[in-house]
Amino acid sequence: MSKEQKALFSYHVNQTELELIFQGRFVCFQDSSSLSRVIEIVQKGQIKRVVVQTKEVIGWDSSLAIILYRVKKETERAHIPIIWKERTNGLKRLVELAFSVDRKPPVLSKKTSSFLEKIGETGFLVYQSCCAGFSFLKKVMFSLGRLLSGRAVIRKVDFLFALEDAGYKAVPIVSLISFMVGLILAFVGAVQLKVFGAHIYVASLVTIGMTRIMGAIMIGVIMAGRTGASYAAAIGTMQVNEEIDALKTMGVSISDFLVLPRVLALTLTMPFLTVLADFMGMIGGGAVGVFMLGISPQEYWKLSIEALSLSHFLVGVFHGLVFGIVIALCGCYYGVHSGRDANSVGVSTTKAVVSAIVWMIVMTGLITFACEVIGV
Amino acid sequence: MTNKGQIIARHLTVGYENFDLLKNVDFEINEHDIFVIMGGSGCGKSTLLRVLTGLKEPKEGEILIDGKNFTKSPPTEKEKLMRRFGILYQGGALFSSMTLAENIALPLQQYSDYGAAEIADLVSFKLSLVGLSGYEDYYPSEISGGMKKRAGLARALALDPEIVYFDEPSAGLDPISSRLLDDLILDLNQSLGTTIVLVTHELNSIFAIGNNSIFLDPKTQSIMARGDPKDLLKNPPTEQVRLFLTRGETKHG
Ligand SMILES: Nc1ncnc2c1ncn2[C@@H]1O[C@H](COP(=O)(O)OP(=O)(O)OP(=O)(O)O)[C@@H](O)[C@H]1O
Ligand SMILES: [Mg+2]
Repeated sequence: MSKEQKALFSYHVNQTELELIFQGRFVCFQDSSSLSRVIEIVQKGQIKRVVVQTKEVIGWDSSLAIILYRVKKETERAHIPIIWKERTNGLKRLVELAFSVDRKPPVLSKKTSSFLEKIGETGFLVYQSCCAGFSFLKKVMFSLGRLLSGRAVIRKVDFLFALEDAGYKAVPIVSLISFMVGLILAFVGAVQLKVFGAHIYVASLVTIGMTRIMGAIMIGVIMAGRTGASYAAAIGTMQVNEEIDALKTMGVSISDFLVLPRVLALTLTMPFLTVLADFMGMIGGGAVGVFMLGISPQEYWKLSIEALSLSHFLVGVFHGLVFGIVIALCGCYYGVHSGRDANSVGVSTTKAVVSAIVWMIVMTGLITFACEVIGV
Repeated sequence: MTNKGQIIARHLTVGYENFDLLKNVDFEINEHDIFVIMGGSGCGKSTLLRVLTGLKEPKEGEILIDGKNFTKSPPTEKEKLMRRFGILYQGGALFSSMTLAENIALPLQQYSDYGAAEIADLVSFKLSLVGLSGYEDYYPSEISGGMKKRAGLARALALDPEIVYFDEPSAGLDPISSRLLDDLILDLNQSLGTTIVLVTHELNSIFAIGNNSIFLDPKTQSIMARGDPKDLLKNPPTEQVRLFLTRGETKHG
């Protein structure tokens, strides 16, 4: 029985006839050497017909079908007929089906370009994306104008939902991270200041550091990863599902309907989150001051308040506001300009986060410079 | 062969958290059947298909595949059984980061012992079966909806499944392509002996290729009719089945 089960593939040439004989059970069968010899014989061109003898095949799967598929490809090319000797003609049917639709795909032009061309293309691409970015910004500004004049289609629920998501749902993570940052700042500072016996300045270090810049930067990074990424992914997925197309054909402005609620929500919540971060950072610093340096809580609080200045605080909050705009715009921009498959959504989410962080740094530089000029 | 592709559903209850779509139904899909699941929109055909393919647990009852209890088997056993299925999802469900060839090669690389040369041959063979020869290096985003569907079918066929499930295969196809798909289904069924389970609204397909069927009734959460669709058309057991199978034609005298 087992001898009969084993797959056997043999062939012989009878003058101008090539006979292929298959016997047994062909499951996951592999014999590339016989196959390549058979193909060689056909290619030599002395064969006038091919006989496929499968009467003794008990069972088969695609492994047998592909052997015959390869053979048929060659015979088609050489215009040699195949004579099938089968009990049922399942195999013939399947293999011939593979040749029934012969539509050649259009040739994909994969052009190669020289080094100089590549530089030019990259430059052009950068220029194009700058233009696209500006026109996106312009659209959002117009949307804002329309909203203020009461002509924009914006669903209140969407806005409230975005507000909730970018607002109080972010509170736990924002509190935790800024508490830790305050702690680390104080700890690192304390180790150095202790050497000079100046450890009471830890309070002012933490307060000024957090309120002026660290609070806003940390919140910016968190919100870029959390909310900016989710904007890009959500809008990108809408692109994949053709929801964006549907909105466009309905004549609903994407920037009114999708972008504006998100930008407004994040712009509104970021200053508050920055204030929260400042506060939590100071508490984190206080923990180090009280438990490690032995400063009494009242004393630490007094030192902190003394160091706190309105201008630092306002500059920090202003950073937060600007970061909110930057993050939301980057997230929405890359979402709207995402490709139409899962992979592209991933790519645009990455781009959204990275570009948000880069723009945040650029903005920090600009604001710092401006503060320098006006002397705050 | 011991593996045949027979499916038995026993006392099956299917539904979502707070409602049932089907209650305590029994049906049998024989090996080599082309089995059609029919019913109005929203009656639970896709849900039933998800249960049959193991993507969703039934609320009660069990599914036997070739006598093995598919529903109650441990995960590893279940996976082995699932490898004998090919499933064509409504949109093709191709992996967008891979070319068509890579999509089809994936199950072969994962679960078969074929060498690289055989895999390449198999890929090109399966693609030409669905009329996509030469499209190996295309990405899913570069082909049309109907082509995606056919490529999805090529992937579903990669491992020579004994059972192939289709959810509305001809939705979104032009009449000629959908006719070709019917022919392909019939060919697979007759040449490889594959069991076909088909959800479709396409009356032409139902009559052309179906040889067994069930008709779901959402009101009574049960099976309203069963059997060869051509017989059902000749002797419709209820008015609703008749309306479905004749596209709502009114009776004349
Ligand atoms: N995830 C889900 N949660 C709860 N209910 C669902 C869910 N998916 C579908 N349903 C409900 O189950 C019912 C059956 O849905 P199903 O998709 O199975 O219908 P169908 O028969 O395939 O319809 P169609 O022919 O339109 O595709 C519907 O009433 C639907 O509202
Ligand atoms: Mg459905």
